[in-house]
Order: sequence, then structure tokens, then C-alpha cells
Amino acid sequence: MIEDIPLSHILIVSTLIFFTGVYGFLTRKNMITMLISVELVLNAVNINFVAIDRYLYSDRLEGHFFALFVIGIAAAEAAVAIAIFINLYRNIRSIDVDEVTEMKY
Amino acid sequence: MGSALVLIFAIMSVTSRKLLRAAIFLLFVLIGVAIFFLVLDYMFLAAVQVVVYMGGILVLFIFSILLTSHLSEKLQVVKPVEIIIAALVSLIGASVVLSVITNHRFNPVVADSPEITVAEIGTQLLSYGKYGYVLPFEVISILLLAAMVAAIVIAKREKKPES
Repeated sequence: MIEDIPLSHILIVSTLIFFTGVYGFLTRKNMITMLISVELVLNAVNINFVAIDRYLYSDRLEGHFFALFVIGIAAAEAAVAIAIFINLYRNIRSIDVDEVTEMKY
Repeated sequence: MGSALVLIFAIMSVTSRKLLRAAIFLLFVLIGVAIFFLVLDYMFLAAVQVVVYMGGILVLFIFSILLTSHLSEKLQVVKPVEIIIAALVSLIGASVVLSVITNHRFNPVVADSPEITVAEIGTQLLSYGKYGYVLPFEVISILLLAAMVAAIVIAKREKKPES
């Protein structure tokens, strides 16, 4: 199955997902949607790690572990970010980046 | 075919004007990425992707969307200038990376690698030797603990001062 797919095709798809995430991060104003874009970027990076590991260095699983660690860090980051959003919403009733001009209290 | 579908869902998830729909499109993108991992023979990673992203992060997203906005509410329309600038930046970046990828000649050594068992992954994750990953494992466990405590502390409602 894997012999039919050249490595560059997978890299092209992951590049396009990455820059879709960048586009979303630049255009969105709502913080949750910005976080969704960041998740897209992280997933593109994961695809790259796994594909390069599988095609070029398939004997030591390095990309595999890096992808695992990236998933773990993404989970931690999402948890902290959403805690911050909920606290912000409780204080100023909005989570748009334009209206959040002060995070200090 | 499949990857085009993933791309379409990715684009829809960053352009959809309803928050909940954006989250659901993100769900489809994550499923697509898990399918990529399956195609590349990494079963364990696909399982982790499904469990952590769809079971954890996405549920967290949907909860926070429901907590912070009304369902019928639509996001404001983005200014066309911003769309053009952002699209330009991402198109330039994408074209640079794509030109590098298509011109570089990879030498794939697709070994018919033996099936990766979970036991293998576990021993390599906790081994001290070459290609062992015990130090990052410990570091990430401390990071997760810190993130957990931090999330609880930040989201905790502050006590009203008695007046």
C-alpha cells in the first residue's frame, strides 16, 4: 500500500494543511477558532514527522516518538488555553482578540 | 481523493462562520490525519490520535464553545484587506515550501519494516540506551502535571471578597 504513494505527495498535503492553519490564524478574531488553526498546524507537523520517519529512517522510530510527544504537548496546551479563555470570558464577557486589551488585573 | 477531502475540510474549518461547525470540520480533519497514520502502518499512533484529539481536545473545544457563545451567533465577517494579506502570506509560504519539496530528490528506503508492536514502542520509550526516550518521557510527564495544575488554578472561580 505504501509503495504506491511517493513521499512528496504526503509532504505536499501536509504543507497545504499547515498553510491553511496559518491563514486561519491570521484571519480569525475569535480565540477558540485561532486555537483550532493552531491544531491544524500541529497536525501538519505530525504528518511530516511520521511520513519522513516511515520513508527515510524506518528502523528507529524517531518520528514516531516525536509525534507522540507533540500530541501530548498539544493536549496540555489546549487545556491551559481553554482555561484562560473561560477565565477571560468570565471577566470581560468576550473572547475576541480585539477586545482583550489587558490580561493583567 | 482522500487527501483532497481532508484539505477541503481544513479550509472549511478555518472559513466557517459558525463556531460549532468549525469544530466539527476540525473533527473530520483529525480523522483524516488518523487515516494517514494508518496508511503509513503506524497503528498505535493512529489510535493515540483518535483517543487524545477526538476524545479529549475536541470535546474540550466543544464545551468551551458552548460555554462562551450562543449557538445561533455568527462570527463577524473578516475585512477583505485582511483576507488578502493573510492569503498572500500563506500562498507565498506554501509556494516556497512546495517548490523545495518538488525539486528535492528523496531517496526513500521503504523497508518492509516489521510490524511495530506496542511492546516494542514501550521498551524503546523507557530505555536508557541509544534511541531511548526516557528523558523526554519524564519531562513531558512533568509538563502534563504542571499544565493540569495550571488549568485548574486559572479556571477556578475567584472567591468573592466578603464585604
